[in-house]
Amino acid sequence: MEQSTSPKFKQNAHHALHDASLQRALGRLKTGFKDKRLAAIADMPEFEQLRDTARDIKNHTLANLDHYLTAFEANVIANGGHVHWCADAEEARQTVLKICQDKKAKSVLKGKSMISEEIGLNAFLEKQDLKVVETDLGEYIIQLRNEPPSHIIAPAIHVHKEQVADSFRQTHKGRDINRPLDEPRDLLDEAREVMREHFFAADVGITGANFLIAETGTSVIVTNEGNGDLTQTLSKVHIAIASLEKVVPTLEDASSILRVLARSATGQEMSSYTTFSTGPKRDGDLDGPEDYHVILLDNGRSNMLGTEFQEMLRCIRCAACMNHCPVYGAVGGHAYGWVYPGPMGSVLTPSLIGVDEAGHLPNASTFCGKCEEVCPMRIPLPKMMRHWREREFEKHLGPQSMRFGIRLWAWFASRPALYGKATGLAARILKSIGGRKQKIGKLPLASGWTDIRDLPAPQGKTFKQLWAEQQAAKKA
Amino acid sequence: MSFAPSSASSASSPSSKPRVGLFVTCLVDMFRPTVGFSAVKLLEEAGCVVDVPMEQVCCGQPAFNSGDLESARKVARPLIAMFENHDYVVAPSGSCAGMMIKHFPELFANDLELAEPVRALAGKTWELVSFLTDVMKLDGVAAAFEGSITYHDSCSGLRELKVKEQPRKLLRSVKGLEIRELQEPETCCGFGGTFCVKYPEISGKMVGDKTTDIKNSGADMLVAGDMGCLLNMAGKLRREGSDMEVRHVAEVLADMTMAAPGIAGSEKG
Repeated sequence: MEQSTSPKFKQNAHHALHDASLQRALGRLKTGFKDKRLAAIADMPEFEQLRDTARDIKNHTLANLDHYLTAFEANVIANGGHVHWCADAEEARQTVLKICQDKKAKSVLKGKSMISEEIGLNAFLEKQDLKVVETDLGEYIIQLRNEPPSHIIAPAIHVHKEQVADSFRQTHKGRDINRPLDEPRDLLDEAREVMREHFFAADVGITGANFLIAETGTSVIVTNEGNGDLTQTLSKVHIAIASLEKVVPTLEDASSILRVLARSATGQEMSSYTTFSTGPKRDGDLDGPEDYHVILLDNGRSNMLGTEFQEMLRCIRCAACMNHCPVYGAVGGHAYGWVYPGPMGSVLTPSLIGVDEAGHLPNASTFCGKCEEVCPMRIPLPKMMRHWREREFEKHLGPQSMRFGIRLWAWFASRPALYGKATGLAARILKSIGGRKQKIGKLPLASGWTDIRDLPAPQGKTFKQLWAEQQAAKKA
Repeated sequence: MSFAPSSASSASSPSSKPRVGLFVTCLVDMFRPTVGFSAVKLLEEAGCVVDVPMEQVCCGQPAFNSGDLESARKVARPLIAMFENHDYVVAPSGSCAGMMIKHFPELFANDLELAEPVRALAGKTWELVSFLTDVMKLDGVAAAFEGSITYHDSCSGLRELKVKEQPRKLLRSVKGLEIRELQEPETCCGFGGTFCVKYPEISGKMVGDKTTDIKNSGADMLVAGDMGCLLNMAGKLRREGSDMEVRHVAEVLADMTMAAPGIAGSEKG
C-alpha cells in the first residue's frame, strides 16, 4: 500500500498554501469543471430523478453484493476469463505479478486506475524489473515527474504545461532539444507519438474498471483519450483491477449510472470512449487479448458493509465532490496524503488505512455541504465525516486540548445561570479589550482565530441580560 | 405544517396570534444582542407573540460536530422541554435552526422517550427569515437603507433549509436598498465552527477568497444570516483594513441599522 502522509495533513496544507505554482493551478478549478457540470445538468431535466435511480441501483447491489459478485464471476469464467479474489493490496500485487510472470512479460501498459494507485502497483512491478508505462496523458505526466495523482480524474491538475514540456524534453531522447512545446497541441502530439510505440510492444495491459456488469461478466472503462481501449485490446493479456463495489447487476444499470457519471465529472454527456470488455479474443475476432483477468479487490471494503460507512461504497469516482470542495480548492490533492483526496477521500481513507492514521481528513471540513449537493450518488459525505469524528472521539484520538475544551464548554453550557454570568463577564471584558474600534487583534488562547482575522468585539451586555432588564422595566 | 396554537396561548391571546419561542443562539447572545432585538421586532410586527425562555443556552452543535455526542445531548436536551408549549421556535441562524430541525432527530435517535418530542420540535423550528416569508407570508418590510448590500448565503441555511430567495425577497423591499450579488455567494466563508481554529491557515485562505469577492462586489455593506460566518468575514475584512459595514440580515430588515454600529464597529455607525 502506498505510504500515507495523512498524519502530516497540516504541514502538507501549509506547504500547499505557500506553493504559488500550485495555487495558480488550483485557481483553474474555480470554473472549469463546475461550469461544465452546471451546463450539462441544465440540459437534462430528469437529472435529479436519475440521481435517485443511480443511488437505488447501488443500494440494491450493496445489499446483495455476494450474489452479484458471484454471478459476475460465473459469467467471466463462462466467457473464458479468470477472476481473482484478493483480500488486500499484497495479494492483488502478487496476483498481477504471477500473471505477468506466467506470460514471461517484460512490459506492462497501464490505463488509468485508482485501484492501482491504492495498491502501489507501479513501484512494485518496477522492482520486479517490469517496464511500466502509464497511457493516460495525465498519469503519464505524473509518472515522469515521479508523483502520485492529485485528483482522481485529472491526476496532473497541479502541473502546468511548461512543467510538462520540461519533463518531455528530459525524457524523450533523440529529439530536437529546441523543438516547440509551448502549446498543448505540441505536447499532445508528442505524447501520442511516444505512446504509439509502447502500445505495439506491450505484453500486459492493466486497466481499472468503472463498472463490472454481473449479468454479462463485462468490465467497463470510460476515457477521453482512447488509451484504455488500446491498452486492453493490443496487449496479449488484459488485467482489469477493480474494487468489489464496482459491480452492478445489468447493462441497463450501468447505462443509467453512466448518464450521471460524465455529467457530474467533466460536464460531458458521455466520456469520449466507453469500452466494454467481455472475455478474451474469441475465434474469428479481429483483435483482443489472449487472456482476460479480473482482480476483485476488497482491501477493507467488506468491513464497511453494515456500518454507517456503507453508503460510501456507492461512490463512482466522478470527482464532483473535490471539484466543488473549498478545502480541496485551497490545498489541492497531495495535502490529503494518500490516494483519494477531497470529501470522498476524507470518508474513504479512514476506512481503508484507519482513522488513527487519517484522522485529520474528516476534521478538515467546514461541513458546508457542497459535496453532498453535487454527489450524483447522493452520498451523505458530511454526515459520514462526522461519524469519523465520533469514532475518533471515542478512541481519544484528537488533540487533548480540543477534547478538554469541548467538555469544559459543555459543562458551562449545561448550567444556564453560571453560563449567563460567565458570558456576561466575557462580553464586558472583550468589549473593553476591543476599545474604540471594537475589534480585537490578539487574544490569549485564541491565536487560531486571531492569527488570521480580528475578533469583532461583543456589544458589551448579553442579549439575555438586556432582555431581562427590558422585561423588568416593562413590569415596573 | 399546520398552525395550531396551543390552548394556553389561544386563551391568553384571543386574536390567536402564534406564540413564538425565540432561540437567540449563543453567538447572538454574547456578541450581538441587536440581532436578537431585531428578530423580536420583526416577529412582533409580523403578528407573533414572542417569548424568550431564559434557560436557553446553545443547540449543542459545537460538540455534535466534534464527535462528542454525549456533550451534545447534555447541552441540547433541555431545549426540547423548554419549547414544548410554543407554536413555533425561531432562530436568527440557519445553522442552529438546521441543528434542531435536521440533526436533533439523529442525535436523539436512540432515545425512545424523546423521539416524539424531538420530532415535534424539529417540525415547528424555523430560521428567522424563512419563517417570516414562508409561514407568516410576509412580502416586505417597513425598513429603509440608502445604499448597496451584498449577501452571503450561509451554508447550513442554504443547503439544509433551502434559505436562498427568502432574504433577497425581503431585502428587495427595503427602501433605497440595492443588492449586488457576489460572484460566488454560495461558497463557504471558511468558518465551519471549530474548523476555523483547528485549521486556521486553510480557513484563512477560504475567508480571504471570500473577502476578495465581497470587496469586488462594490457593495457598501455585507449582509448574512448567521453570526459565525459574519464574525469570520467581518474579522477578516477588519484585518485587511477594510471598513466595510457588516450586518446580520435581521438588523437590516428590522430597520435597526441606526441602533448600533455594524459588527466590529464600523465608525460610520
